[in-house]
Amino acid sequence: MLIYLNEQPEEIAGELSLFALREQKKPQADLLIVNGYPTSNDQALKNGDRVVLIQRGEEPSTEELERLIRARHTPGVHEKIKNSCVGIAGVGGLGSNIAIALARIGVGKLVLVDFDVVEPSNLNRQQYFIDQIGLPKVEALKANLARINPGVEVVAHYLRVTGGNLAGLFASVDVLVEAFDAAEQKAMLTSNFLTQMKDKPLIAASGMAGYGSSNSIQTLKISDRFYLCGDGTTAAEPGCGLMAPRVGIAAHHQANAVLRLLLGEEPE
Amino acid sequence: MQLKINGQSRSFDSPLTIIQLLQQLELSPERVVIELNKKILTAEAHDTALNEGDNLEIIQFVGGG
Repeated sequence: MLIYLNEQPEEIAGELSLFALREQKKPQADLLIVNGYPTSNDQALKNGDRVVLIQRGEEPSTEELERLIRARHTPGVHEKIKNSCVGIAGVGGLGSNIAIALARIGVGKLVLVDFDVVEPSNLNRQQYFIDQIGLPKVEALKANLARINPGVEVVAHYLRVTGGNLAGLFASVDVLVEAFDAAEQKAMLTSNFLTQMKDKPLIAASGMAGYGSSNSIQTLKISDRFYLCGDGTTAAEPGCGLMAPRVGIAAHHQANAVLRLLLGEEPE
Repeated sequence: MQLKINGQSRSFDSPLTIIQLLQQLELSPERVVIELNKKILTAEAHDTALNEGDNLEIIQFVGGG
């Protein structure tokens, strides 16, 4: 029979019980999961069963983690994602969420640029922790990403992106994500990137404040290499603040647009 | 002059530069990205004079992220 042990197919000759499998493969495992459910009882394994053997507190190696991601995403998809490099300009509410999504799916390299430090008011939507207040956001995010997927190479620049430095900062990226807060900065980055970088796509965002309908947030193709996520109109202002749910929705529109580009699909 | 802006034809009384057009439309030049005849412009190119029949896409950003 064929079973899946830690996501890998395993051919078993004859009968085998769960406990016998543990004895063979990982005697120290103290958490046994069969077809998605934890169990403490021995049982006969059946063809097609999916078994995960875990030793509590043990961290999988980087190779083991990558094997699990590859199995989940299918190998062809995984290789394309792994061999890609994505730039993120600004790691606040949008950028920190985008970086985490891209690290979880195994993007090989992330280039993060931001001049800001973590403030208490950021914690309502940004992927930082209370003990990281005061740290440069790019350093805090790099540490958080390493705890999620240590296989991702993270290059962190603690500085402000300008029209003069962006070509150098993002020379190695396949796709750039605009994830700034101020409208002027969004416009500055977009016009400079699209005029200076002749062959790279840009995914920007505009309009995600407040708690209006989730369904008003969209991904639109503006021109050949330029995509825009958001509702296009809802600015952050007094009485209409930035909040985790809608900022997260816009961020994940951007992250999925990146993924679709990396896999050769149109994001819109 | 006739211009096409975000897919819609618009008439203006006199010739315009980009910056004058943005003033008429009450748009902040620092918050927009302009594509003129399929070519993205930098902010420095905002004093460009527009020609009859030009095709513009004006993307206005709002704050938040």
